[in-house]
Amino acid sequence: MQALLDQLDALLANNSIFTLQTLSFYGDGLVTTVQLVFMSLIIGLILAIPLAIGRSSKNGLIKWPIFLYTYVFRGTPLLVQLYLIYYGVVFVEGIQESWLWPVVKDPFVPALVAFTLNTAAYTTEIFRGAIKATPKGEIEAARAYGMSPALTLRRIVLPSAFRRALPAYGNEVIFMLHASAIASVVTLMDLTGAARFVYARFYAPFDAFLFVAAIYLCLTFSILYLFRFLEKRLLAHLQPMT
Amino acid sequence: MLDLQGYGPRLLEGAGVTLSLAVLSLVLSVVLGLVTASAKMSRSVIAHRLATLYTTLIRGVPDLVLMLLLFFGGQIGVNALTDWLDDATGVDIFININEFIAGVVTIGLIFGAYMGETFRGAFMAVDHGQIEAGKAYGMNDRLVFWRIRFPQMMRHALPGLSNNWMVLLKTTALVSVIGLADMVRIASEASKATREPFTFMLVVAVVYLLIASVSELAFARLQKRYSIGYGEMD
Repeated sequence: MQALLDQLDALLANNSIFTLQTLSFYGDGLVTTVQLVFMSLIIGLILAIPLAIGRSSKNGLIKWPIFLYTYVFRGTPLLVQLYLIYYGVVFVEGIQESWLWPVVKDPFVPALVAFTLNTAAYTTEIFRGAIKATPKGEIEAARAYGMSPALTLRRIVLPSAFRRALPAYGNEVIFMLHASAIASVVTLMDLTGAARFVYARFYAPFDAFLFVAAIYLCLTFSILYLFRFLEKRLLAHLQPMT
Repeated sequence: MLDLQGYGPRLLEGAGVTLSLAVLSLVLSVVLGLVTASAKMSRSVIAHRLATLYTTLIRGVPDLVLMLLLFFGGQIGVNALTDWLDDATGVDIFININEFIAGVVTIGLIFGAYMGETFRGAFMAVDHGQIEAGKAYGMNDRLVFWRIRFPQMMRHALPGLSNNWMVLLKTTALVSVIGLADMVRIASEASKATREPFTFMLVVAVVYLLIASVSELAFARLQKRYSIGYGEMD
């Protein structure tokens, strides 16, 4: 490891911008970005499943509040949602004296909350579409077998809906990765935050931003290929026979 | 009730900036999208590769990073160009990149890539027999494009176009980061000054929702218009 670091150091010796120090900023930024995106996607996914089931329900008291939530969160910019939560949390009565304050003071938490709520709204609509597209015959067959609605949901509707939702969900994951750049606006040192820092320090926009763009490009393609692989495995029965 | 503490007129101005920014970038992105789509469908290998490179790169990098790159890098690039012009020809000019134009160009450039994909799919969906029929009537390529391919392409492109517009509208919020006084920027200044973030950010959110809802209705009407004689089949 040390030898590798020395080698890297020698490689970067003739370069005034990409020193080990700035590279470590990018490294930390990468970790923050991946953490933020991964955590918000996981929590968002967990929230989205019951919400999507509720959104497909016939009961207006369940359906319409969820519709309102997804409509508002999909119809307004993520930046506005982030500002609302980031600035708004400071003005909640008495929060600065409570135990919560050290947790929410860090910009990571408001960013995580905003991103989670945003992705949960998009994912809910993706799943709703997939649930709605369930062939009627499958549900009728389940009913003919005497399955209860809950069992039908668990055994028939959801597994096939997840598969159908996969391509659209892959897009949502990439969208979230790109949206996470916004976190740098609330002083979070994610990848874009690191790039902005390096830009400000050296006044070198091309070096700072092209480098980070290349990292994002690699991440995007990794996600793309992961989902292509998953689609090939899970949607194999829908592929044309060769 | 709602007390904007004197920020009302400025917020309205900001809403105007947001809307004009969105509409101008939409126009630019549609033009770029048409160019990209024709490059992708052209027989020229170079045009095809260039267009593919453009759409791949743009769609793989966050909007904000592209915006920062073009805004901060663009000024240095333009300065280098004018310096070179000064050295080469003795013409000394100074061009200052205006945030509004930088915003329009960046957003137009980003969504040109998305529009290119939308238009390409839509052009391919136009029945080839239609184009042959146009040629049989003696129309030249331009006439075939404007009378046959474009109107029929729009029918297939509209859902994608409306989707892109919704995303574009929300992307305009990012220009507040590069210093353009759009609605979000003014609301965030007002939030800090008055210490009432909920009031201002909620007003901004409502305006965005309003624009989105109105455009949804407009696109539904357009879709109806472009589907004349087509929807009855299924």
